[in-house]
Amino acid sequence: MSPVQTPPPSLKISTVPRDARAEHPVGIEVEHLNFYYGEKRALEDISLRIQSHLVTAFIGPSGCGKSTFLRTLNRMNDIIAGSRAEGKVLIEGRDVYAPGTDVVALRRRVGMVFQKSNPFPKSIFENVAYGLRINGLAGSRSELHARVEESLQSAAIWDEVKDRLHDSALALSGGQQQRLCIARALAIRPEILLMDEPASALDPIATQRIEELIYQLKAQYTIVIVTHNMQQAARVSDHTAFFWLGRLVEYGPTDRIFTNPAEKLTEDYVTGRFG
Amino acid sequence: MALPFVKGRSDELIFRGGTGVFAVVLIALVAAIGVELYRQSLLSIREFGWQFWLTDTWDPVAGQFGARPFIWGTLYSSILALIIATPIALGIAIYISELAPVRLRRPLVFLTELLAAIPSIVYGLWGIFVLVPIVRQFEIATPEWLKGVPLFTGPPLGVGMLAAALILSIMVIPFTSSVAREVLKAVPQAQREGAYALGATPWEAIRMALFYARTGIIGAVMLGFGRALGETMAVTMVIGNNPQITWSLYAPQYTMSAVLANEFAEAAGDLYLHALVEMGLVLFVITLIINVISRSFIWSMARQKQSRLVKTAAIKAAA
Repeated sequence: MSPVQTPPPSLKISTVPRDARAEHPVGIEVEHLNFYYGEKRALEDISLRIQSHLVTAFIGPSGCGKSTFLRTLNRMNDIIAGSRAEGKVLIEGRDVYAPGTDVVALRRRVGMVFQKSNPFPKSIFENVAYGLRINGLAGSRSELHARVEESLQSAAIWDEVKDRLHDSALALSGGQQQRLCIARALAIRPEILLMDEPASALDPIATQRIEELIYQLKAQYTIVIVTHNMQQAARVSDHTAFFWLGRLVEYGPTDRIFTNPAEKLTEDYVTGRFG
Repeated sequence: MALPFVKGRSDELIFRGGTGVFAVVLIALVAAIGVELYRQSLLSIREFGWQFWLTDTWDPVAGQFGARPFIWGTLYSSILALIIATPIALGIAIYISELAPVRLRRPLVFLTELLAAIPSIVYGLWGIFVLVPIVRQFEIATPEWLKGVPLFTGPPLGVGMLAAALILSIMVIPFTSSVAREVLKAVPQAQREGAYALGATPWEAIRMALFYARTGIIGAVMLGFGRALGETMAVTMVIGNNPQITWSLYAPQYTMSAVLANEFAEAAGDLYLHALVEMGLVLFVITLIINVISRSFIWSMARQKQSRLVKTAAIKAAA
């Protein structure tokens, strides 16, 4: 595969031909998903299909359920006491909420990057190696080293850290920490990468690097990104879903959502009339 | 110029000065205790010098005073208590903060904290009437092949080092576990989620949280150690009060605080009294050293940015 040339992010939407999208098979299918925190219903009857090897963005005002929805896809919400999901989340046709699902194996296939970078208080190397170690994915030392390097390169941070792999990850800048967290997620070779506002705590330069990275990664991964930054959604995503008060209002190709939305609510939101 | 904040600033000065005085008083108090202990033990210090620390004879009648068996007894019982209490206390802390159902947490916290509220003397009574007979049964049941091991030699008396270490560990558990629990509570949820997102099992995620909190955990353990070193009443009642240096868990031994409690009221003669006060001085110095070591350890680890939160929590919990 030839390396992907990153175009200026603003030009990107028009470079993806509409027709090409239809060829991508469905990666995640969500059917009538309801989600509750205790008595409170956080998601109402969500159904959508996320296509593989595309970037899908979830947008909407704070508290609209977009992060909650993202976290249902790898069952990260399970660790919140009193939470409950109804409905189906099918990944490659298998319902991740079916009884008997191996959640650990699921999360290995569905990686996640969080809003605030959360490197472990270990060295840069050990941060990336952690997932490989706990999952027994690297048999030998040399294999471990190779996969750590490969992951750091995929996350476009290798050149910055290659000479100080054994320094604390906490000494890195915020943007570097976030790319390290992406490298950490990539190390275990997930198929799907969930990103929960990955650039919201970063400055514009660091944000741009993350966006370029997302663009490069979609050749290999299905990426779902939550963002409250509409320009970012427009720049990086192929499809966009707009959430409001726990409901999915509109979902479609990003350029249509932003230029010609079907719903009045979506139009009001993307034109900045509320949110 | 009547700037509105000028008056506020003089208030500020009084406030600063006042609190500063309290801080200085506190330091002066610690120094005064040290000086007074030193003054009241001068006779003994002049008489024995360093030999006080290094000799084993404690004979008030002959006027011979050596503190070594007491120092041994204090350190040995405290370290044993630490070995027994630490895993249990951490287990309790982990269960309560990470695993227990939410509605079970409060009662469990209450119960472990209740342990800390029981007066030492009550622990001692319970030790004499319940723990010592059990320990004795256990000692009687020692299999032959174990009796060769230095830890298990001696007659099965019940009272002795084992009983003391057990009762100390029970008394230390609530302190260690409550600090450890606070420390675990201060670990950001994002750390656990980070581990889970990489396919960690709950146990692996907890281990990551423990690793994140390691500084505070060490602080919790050290706090327990400090408690064990100074604990007097319950230990006095079950340790057997016999100054000797031995590894045997079954042997009656003695601690510094126990000899002070037992002999101070009836100490006849100035040298005897001064020797006892010097024992107090030794205990004071040892606890001071242990504290300095543990603090400097914690501070050196706390220099890493991440531990700041955890350290704050540890300090909060310890207070």
